[in-house]
Amino acid sequence: MARVETFYELLRRQGVSRRSFTKFCSLTAASLGLAPALAPKVAHAMETKPRIPVLWLHGLECTCCSESFIRSAHPLVKDVVLSMISLDYDDTIMAAAGHQAEKCLEDIRTEYKGKYLLCVEGNPPIGKDGEYCIVGGRPFVDQLTDMAKDAMAVVSWGSCASWGCVQAAKPNPTHAVPVHEIVKDKPVIKVPGCPPIAEVMTGVVSYIVTFDRLPELDRQGRPKMFYSQRIHDKCYRRPHFDAGQFVEAWDDENARKGYCLYKMGCRGPTTYNACSVTRWNEGVSFPIQSGHGCIGCSENDFWDNGPFYERLTNISVFGAEANADQWAARVGVGVGVGVAAHAAVSAAVRMTDKERHKSPPMPKGGHE
Amino acid sequence: MSTTTPNGFNLDNAGKRVVVDPITRIEGHLRIEVNVDDKNVIRNAVSTGTMWRGLETILKGRDPRDAWAFTQRICGVCTGVHALASVRCVEDALGIKIPENANTIRNIMSLALYVQDHLVHFYHLHALDWVDVVSGLKADPKATSDLAQTVSPSWPKSSVGYFRDLQNRLKKFVESGQLGPFRNGYWGHPAYKLPPEANLMATAHYLEALDFQKEIVKIQTIFGGKNPHPNWLVGGVPCPINLNDTGGIGAINMERLNLVSSIVDQSLAFIEQVYIPDLVAVAGFYKDWAAIGGGLAGKSFLSYGEFPQFANDQSNKSLLLPRGAIIDGKLTEVLDVDLKAPDQIQEFVTHSWYSYSDETKGLHPFDGVTEPKFALGPNTKGDRKKLEAIDENAKYSWVKSPRWKGHAMEVGPLARFVVAYMSGRQDVKDLVDSTLKTLDVPITALFSTLGRTAARGLEALWSAKQLKAFNDKLIASIKAGDTATANTEKWDPKSWPKAAQGAGFMEAPRGALGHWIKIEDTKIANYQAVVPTTWNASPRDAAGKIGAYEASLLDTPMANPEQPLEILRTIHSFDPCLACAAHVIGPDDREVTKVTVK
Repeated sequence: MARVETFYELLRRQGVSRRSFTKFCSLTAASLGLAPALAPKVAHAMETKPRIPVLWLHGLECTCCSESFIRSAHPLVKDVVLSMISLDYDDTIMAAAGHQAEKCLEDIRTEYKGKYLLCVEGNPPIGKDGEYCIVGGRPFVDQLTDMAKDAMAVVSWGSCASWGCVQAAKPNPTHAVPVHEIVKDKPVIKVPGCPPIAEVMTGVVSYIVTFDRLPELDRQGRPKMFYSQRIHDKCYRRPHFDAGQFVEAWDDENARKGYCLYKMGCRGPTTYNACSVTRWNEGVSFPIQSGHGCIGCSENDFWDNGPFYERLTNISVFGAEANADQWAARVGVGVGVGVAAHAAVSAAVRMTDKERHKSPPMPKGGHE
Repeated sequence: MSTTTPNGFNLDNAGKRVVVDPITRIEGHLRIEVNVDDKNVIRNAVSTGTMWRGLETILKGRDPRDAWAFTQRICGVCTGVHALASVRCVEDALGIKIPENANTIRNIMSLALYVQDHLVHFYHLHALDWVDVVSGLKADPKATSDLAQTVSPSWPKSSVGYFRDLQNRLKKFVESGQLGPFRNGYWGHPAYKLPPEANLMATAHYLEALDFQKEIVKIQTIFGGKNPHPNWLVGGVPCPINLNDTGGIGAINMERLNLVSSIVDQSLAFIEQVYIPDLVAVAGFYKDWAAIGGGLAGKSFLSYGEFPQFANDQSNKSLLLPRGAIIDGKLTEVLDVDLKAPDQIQEFVTHSWYSYSDETKGLHPFDGVTEPKFALGPNTKGDRKKLEAIDENAKYSWVKSPRWKGHAMEVGPLARFVVAYMSGRQDVKDLVDSTLKTLDVPITALFSTLGRTAARGLEALWSAKQLKAFNDKLIASIKAGDTATANTEKWDPKSWPKAAQGAGFMEAPRGALGHWIKIEDTKIANYQAVVPTTWNASPRDAAGKIGAYEASLLDTPMANPEQPLEILRTIHSFDPCLACAAHVIGPDDREVTKVTVK
């Protein structure tokens, strides 16, 4: 195997100065939510690491994850592909096709046994011997099983690979299953969302490359750094929720004022994702900012928890502190909590509705 | 054995079989098999869609107002097109009229997609069929700079240093032995014709386009909250407009409008100064491909039309690209298309992995039936665990065979532009005629692999200009005091009739897309999508007529069948989207119970 160039060497010969490189490392550290003191560690990693081979498989999917990935602004996807990883198989962008493409898989599997990262977009349908998704003349589920055997770890891109997503919505005609139901002897990192945010995707890859370890995961297998809090927890419209100021109909006066979309079905209160902070497409917006509720696209079974425009009935009480694990545990406890919580929310909504008609409301923080 | 199909193509499967699976640089999973004669000319072609997701089955019984979100997930590449077709079919079924601004914003979002999707197709899905990246390492940076400044005098990134730095970066990349997405490519293939300098310039623009495409989609993010998969709304658009009142910061305000305007201007500049000059420069070296890959092009084209200038008017008076069909090569006769006429659009499954009670007949989408039935024919080589060669005399694809009045049709940018040209649309005529003149080729050159690729580029330019026009229209409308973006009169399902049905269309970047819905008791009773790639990638129908992909590959000479670059060129010229193509409808409960779930 030829000696592999490091990320730092690549940057240097592109004419990037040492100083710019250090700055880049600080920004990378910041985008990963790390303390500034860790920036030198990022730099050290970039200076010494060869590019990690990445094989990106596609099962039943719509390619929205790949499309999201190429939207990454920091790092630019061009730099990820040319300088950070070695994307040796990805049928959406690779030059080779047919046998030449298949050979890439086999070669990497042999040359980098146990050292490549297997990224999976979409999922395997296991109904009817896997015939609903055939790649290279064989069922996708077989390709996935084979390539996972010698992988270092598996990344489940998006809600298809993480949970099943739309093709697994009832009645799941192809019996599509998430990757972790097929790959059981490797670490699986779930990066859910339909699609996931671009910088979350490249952030997960950068973290692995930079720190030479997998990110810390919550109990459901998602990186804590991006998925440990609800959209609602960090939503800039949260004060309107707390003040009982809600959009009542599309394009009404309250919609134009940017009030809370809870009554329009927003799933922000039950959705764990980074949208309300990291936002989309280089921070331009996120669904709530553009006037539509969150549909909960990073949550398991979100397609079957609709209709989307029906307001949530099982949301937690005001100001409750809950992380993903606690929330999952609570949902598991039973319906009783949900019903009680809904009653509390409804009461609050009724009360604050009345208040709103009297005087211009102010965020009250911590009432209830 | 040699046969002639009812649509006039000669097929001969006697020669050597060549299999390309997976076809890469597309959306989804596609397998192409061809037979070549002793001179390596393609004499038989077989297109097999190898995935099926069953989305329409999943839609049954759900809220019609949610359907856009489900159908949007049919495709994340042409994101939004299914969502728009979906909200239009629900609005058609329920008689919902949308505000003028909502129509304008939908057009802006769709045109932004056209520009971005065509750009990404040209540079990231198609360019490597024509551009030998490795050859660029031999280029002289000074000569590359001269070339760049000749083809696009006003594009700033054209200095000698710029190309030298890039070349150095590529050199080290290649020398590292880790070629990533360029690994095992067809570098040095005799079908590559560009000089090293053109290869280096095109590679530079491959990377620039990768950086820039993410800017264009921000337009969808502004109005729809995210991209891919922005948010849509039955009855309008979800984003309110608020320029002067309290809370405007959370709505479409002056800052947002300025951001849109800025991206619109940058997009037009990139298309005019990079995409089009590259397209013309590359095409100049591949004029022989103006006589290869025609197939159905020039014979049968279909377009549903797109970009209504006026809200709620979907007639050809309103549509900027008209609706129409051309058959039997009668280019000057553009025929009327009706999505609801039972005898016009029909789907056949004779060679698709589904069963009908009578497979000699096609079914209109309102009455579509789907029962998945996977089976390989008796002449298959290999088996379902390792398929070596498919038997095209039996069922051989997850894609159905849609036909218009019985005709196999080609759809896409070329179909749209030819229908518009032949309908006398002056803007399209001017654009096409001037390009043909620049390249010094006759109009028949359009009916080819190169013609499809050129039409897509011209449409990107046309779209960038329309994007600017609709952005101006939105601002003018707001200036005139209209800020409405949604009509909620029929939002409440209690206001709906007991039963309704509707059709919604959308010209997706890849071609004619239709959605059909039946609503009963406020729930979806039936849903069907017939999508562009279903038309183009379709297998043979009951009569044996072949679809656009299969027809286009015939008679193509291959330099080396082991390195199927020529197949990739022509198939990529259609911009395949297989996740779109393989879909299913469930008109009754039987099919679900027939699917084996282990």
